[in-house]
Amino acid sequence: MSAGAAKALTSSSHFELFGLPPVFSLDQEMLEKAYRDIQSQVHPDRFAHAGDAERRASLQWTTRVNEGFQILRNPVSRARHLLELHGVDVAFETNTAMPAEFLMQQMELREKLEEAKAAKALDDLRKNLSAERRSLEAQIARAIDAEKNYRGAAGLVRKLKFLERLDEEIDSAYEAFE
Amino acid sequence: MALLQISEPGQSQAPHEHRLAVGIDLGTTNSLVATVRSGVATVLPDANGRPLLPSIVRYLEGGKVEVGYPAQARQAEDPKNTIISVKRFMGRGLKDVAHVESAPYDFVDAPGMVQIRTAGGVRSPVEVSAEILKVLRERSELSLGGNISGAVITVPAYFDDAQRQATKDAGKIAGLNVLRLLNEPTAAAIAYGLENASEGLYAVYDLGGGTFDISILKLSKGVFEVVATSGDSMLGGDDFDQRLFCWAVEKAKLPPLGPKDMRLLLMKSREAKEHLTLHAEAPITARLSTGDFVDLKIDTEAFCSITQTLVNKTLGPVRKALRDAGLTVDDMRGVVMVGGATRMPQVQRAVGEFFRRDPLNNLDPDKVVALGAAMQANVLAGNKPQGEDWLLLDVIPLSLGLETMGGLAEKIIPRNTTIPAGRAQEFTTFKDGQTGMSIHVVQGERELVSDCRSLARLELKGIPPMSAGVARVRVSFQVDADGLLSVSARENTSGVEASVTVKPSYGLADADIERMLRDSFEHAKDDVHARALTEQRVEGQRLLEATRSALAQDPSLLADEEREAIERAMRSLESVLAGTDHRRIKHAADALNRATEEFAARRMDAGIKRALAGRKIGSL
Repeated sequence: MSAGAAKALTSSSHFELFGLPPVFSLDQEMLEKAYRDIQSQVHPDRFAHAGDAERRASLQWTTRVNEGFQILRNPVSRARHLLELHGVDVAFETNTAMPAEFLMQQMELREKLEEAKAAKALDDLRKNLSAERRSLEAQIARAIDAEKNYRGAAGLVRKLKFLERLDEEIDSAYEAFE
Repeated sequence: MALLQISEPGQSQAPHEHRLAVGIDLGTTNSLVATVRSGVATVLPDANGRPLLPSIVRYLEGGKVEVGYPAQARQAEDPKNTIISVKRFMGRGLKDVAHVESAPYDFVDAPGMVQIRTAGGVRSPVEVSAEILKVLRERSELSLGGNISGAVITVPAYFDDAQRQATKDAGKIAGLNVLRLLNEPTAAAIAYGLENASEGLYAVYDLGGGTFDISILKLSKGVFEVVATSGDSMLGGDDFDQRLFCWAVEKAKLPPLGPKDMRLLLMKSREAKEHLTLHAEAPITARLSTGDFVDLKIDTEAFCSITQTLVNKTLGPVRKALRDAGLTVDDMRGVVMVGGATRMPQVQRAVGEFFRRDPLNNLDPDKVVALGAAMQANVLAGNKPQGEDWLLLDVIPLSLGLETMGGLAEKIIPRNTTIPAGRAQEFTTFKDGQTGMSIHVVQGERELVSDCRSLARLELKGIPPMSAGVARVRVSFQVDADGLLSVSARENTSGVEASVTVKPSYGLADADIERMLRDSFEHAKDDVHARALTEQRVEGQRLLEATRSALAQDPSLLADEEREAIERAMRSLESVLAGTDHRRIKHAADALNRATEEFAARRMDAGIKRALAGRKIGSL
């Protein structure tokens, strides 16, 4: 690990805030427990009768804790955060180059989504998608946690982001049926 | 070297006297106030033993105001001045209000929130709600025998920022210290979760008089976590009355009705609806001023068929909330029914069928929200020792965003984000030499700004002229624990702090609130100055008490001279507290707040360290 990366880890790591190891395969139960333990100390409900200074500090802390929890809970943002800590930019906005095979597969899935005429079809689509997401998450865990191949992981995270967007589109499609 | 006092964290909290705190359910149809007495939440009844206060306000000539049953009794004869279901108008413009044509009021289309011209003057929905809250405040002061130190007021989970702000303003005008705005389904979950000691995932289906909410909650030991919420703030029991009313007009072949007849027939429709909860058939009879005599009968089957679409309309948001939470019906451990309108058998049936289980309805659906609010008020007032209290994690119901080029809304904080939440986004100028920027804050899920609710407009001025794309304008959103948003903007490259003005699109400006406060005390023969003095004294006392307890709890976090500085600020506040100048008290309190800023930050740090340390020991 470079000196710069080590410094980044100690200065702005959400993992550190929750006292958790900086890994992709994070123990969700541990995360939730740490989150609740900290919230129970800093939440504004604990300071409803306190002075302005404490209420302000409580609001700032809770906001930060909520943001950190949100980032660590979601696989895409957790991976992105981890890679940033190691000095790798996932570049969702600028790097849109994807392997041809993956793009073909994405197009097929989107076609299926457009053709879906009933909620049942969306249910099936979602089932396939979540299996795919799980497999991709396992690959990311291997690349980041075991192989420490952060550049390689970035490509996988971009793929996962694609699938996450598709999942959101499935949600909108459900709404259109109602 | 400083001598440190060693104390066990969390055990040295200075004892304080029991604070009087109440929970208020400010409902569309009825309002209630409850409190926790000897550990039990109870609804406080009026002098005649009636727990409900009809949310009806009648304005008379000469400034007299009737609230509740007296207003209800006169509503058919004086519909123009008798405001019912005012909650539907909170934070709303005239164009947003449904059934305007059938409402008998003389609406004034004010910029922002709609207003109503009455015999007692032009009134904002905020003032009308404040009249209801005032009656409840007086009721609780009389019944508890003292000043109320704080109140929790409930709002529909699906209320947007404008509606929440309007509710909080109403509380302020009614002279209440609003400790928190609490979402109604969450309040109900508190009442149920604790009574039944249940853990797991629960859905709360809350169909009130004018609003519908669905919340999915995760209950675990000592934590209420809202996972997703959805709803329709323009759908409730009132709409069932309206359907029945239309059915009656059609059946009886009535000509267009005047305001009085309309109100009378609407009342009869509501009575019939309530009758059908326990009976197979209900009469609708009314003698109208036109001489027409309405004599109809409606059975359950007909009522179900004319209201079927309304019941179905509630299931859309239920599906959406489940999807947002990434859950299915099978994940739910139970579904809780809240709100008077859930008494209708067809609603119970539809919800039971959807969730494939019998809904929980063992608590009175009219009272459960107020009871939960009272329990939360008791916790916020600090009356429950740590360990016996609980943590409430709620979410914002609708996404918050900004208008970008082409009238598109860009989401900054998505719906169902746990609050308090904050997020900042950078923007830049698009013209050379641009010195101002207009920022439009919106709330909603749609892509076009015109389909979202406009919350506020900010004007950022005084940006030094630069080439297009060079300026860095940072717009920060902060949502507090009440779900209320504040927005600030700053230009970063120049180091120049640019001025920001916020014009709320629907809310009231501070000057309006001040005027309403003055008006409300004029009639009460109360003195604004006396009120301000009392408020500042209470606030000052509270601050001193909080600081004392913080000093006792964490003495090791301060160096001697830091502690002395805080104690000096405490002494100067104490010395002016007995005086009669409320500005001096405010000034000294502000100084004490500033003096404790660093201490407060260290206490938070220490709290987090304690939380993490405790966890590590526990997991060894």
